Amino acid sequence: MTETLLDANELVLNMGPQHPSTHGVLRVVLKLDGEKVTGTDCIIGYLHRGVEKIGENRTYAMFAPYVDRMDYLAAVSNGLGYCLAVEKLLNVTAPPRAQTVRVILAELNRIASHLFWLGTHALDIGAMTPLFYTLREREEVLKIFENYCGARITTHAFRIGGLYYEVYDGFEAQVLAFCEMFERRVDEYETMLTENRIWVDRLLGVGILTAADCLELGVTGPMIRASGVAWDLRKAQPYSGYEQYDFDIPTRTNGDTYDRYMVRIAEMRQSVRIIRQAAKNIPEGPQMAKVPKVIKPPVGEVYVSVEAPKGELGYFLVSDGTITPYRVRVRPPSFVNLQALDRMARGALIADVVAIIGTIDIVLGEVDR
Amino acid sequence: MITTPWDTELAQELRRQFGQGIVECSSYLEQNFVVVRPDHTVEVLAWLKTEQGFDTIVDATVVDCPKREGARFDLIYIVYSHSRNERLRVKTSFDDGYEPGTAVPVYAGANWLEREIFDMFGIRFAGHPDLRRILLPDDWRGHPLRKDSSILAMDQQWVKDNLGIESGQ
Repeated sequence: MTETLLDANELVLNMGPQHPSTHGVLRVVLKLDGEKVTGTDCIIGYLHRGVEKIGENRTYAMFAPYVDRMDYLAAVSNGLGYCLAVEKLLNVTAPPRAQTVRVILAELNRIASHLFWLGTHALDIGAMTPLFYTLREREEVLKIFENYCGARITTHAFRIGGLYYEVYDGFEAQVLAFCEMFERRVDEYETMLTENRIWVDRLLGVGILTAADCLELGVTGPMIRASGVAWDLRKAQPYSGYEQYDFDIPTRTNGDTYDRYMVRIAEMRQSVRIIRQAAKNIPEGPQMAKVPKVIKPPVGEVYVSVEAPKGELGYFLVSDGTITPYRVRVRPPSFVNLQALDRMARGALIADVVAIIGTIDIVLGEVDR
Repeated sequence: MITTPWDTELAQELRRQFGQGIVECSSYLEQNFVVVRPDHTVEVLAWLKTEQGFDTIVDATVVDCPKREGARFDLIYIVYSHSRNERLRVKTSFDDGYEPGTAVPVYAGANWLEREIFDMFGIRFAGHPDLRRILLPDDWRGHPLRKDSSILAMDQQWVKDNLGIESGQ
């Protein structure tokens, strides 16, 4: 008898790019043996806009708003990383007042990003309610951004050398009120999910990534911390005055999807701690360092990275002494972390792939740039 | 670039271990980098990983300098050591057409990073397990991050192919 297609044990299934749970336009080709995944291939680039090429054709200041469009859920962290990189190249430091406001906004953005992740991740897994809860609180963060700089998502909140906008009247009070309200809200999410039977069954032991895997693949952020490596750039190589604040690095040991959920929940609480300390002591003083009107860094190259909500976000800038960067390289955390999908998904069930994609916390705008 | 010499124990050990393979050990704005000969890159990376605890790859990228004679591309690996809390850039230069060895056997995470370099600069890595375009479509012509690849030229080509007219702008 001749062999027919039905005899083949392997099935290739295409998922995406238009699939509600791929968080944008990610296409994953799954190789299946029954319901088990035996291999994956990510096809990315649908959102590629050539950000690095644009950077080579703009001045340093003109490129700053573009970086917000990479990880559009954490635009403030993107801007912070870029400003710090150019400042390093210019060898200037933002004044303490600017640093403190930067920390407050960056941590609020971390909360907003984690909230959006939690809502959509829960939605992927079938729990619709948390999305409405988390977006309600995210809205409060976006209101603070809107009051501060007029924009909600792509904020362009910082300038090279410090801040452009003075904080508005009642900024501290609004931020502290948010912290007060938010801690109770995190408890609410935990009541809904942490011990929820369905949630635990869908997440526990799914998509395990060991610490050795994380190191080998260059995985960073909450993913490496969920695998038991207490590594956070804010502690390891502090920037923007993070060394002044008292906070912990939450870690877990199993490295599965459930642990990554627990780490991100704990991180939101730590962010609140940092924001509280910062908002109570915003130093007086100038908000801009002495930066020339035309930014023309000396010939040289630097690599500067920050702890973005998704992991290590790095900028490698090469200056040739002119007003445009010679080379802008962005090291996006989502791109590097997405590489771990194959390792996590092998041997899992199709239904778990959705949970695993969600748990990496990717933003395709940043993966594709 | 006005660099200062980098002369810690690690730099001395690098020189002792690889001799002529090391071109320069310098530091700029407190960031250390080592320039190696292109045929020594993977060896140096493997040694840094196994002997010196540089256990993770942060990034790999290329800078294109078409005006430089005989060494058009700078290939840069950024590695990080969790135990030392230290970053190091491993740089090497070579001309168009040279195929550097792949770092994938040393750091599995180099896979997509090198694919991106291939996609954007057209550098082929010898021995790479899966050297395909990653961000651009497979039928894309050219490598856009090369300095001689103009944004307008790509646009005009597209307009010509898809709209059948001479130029869009």
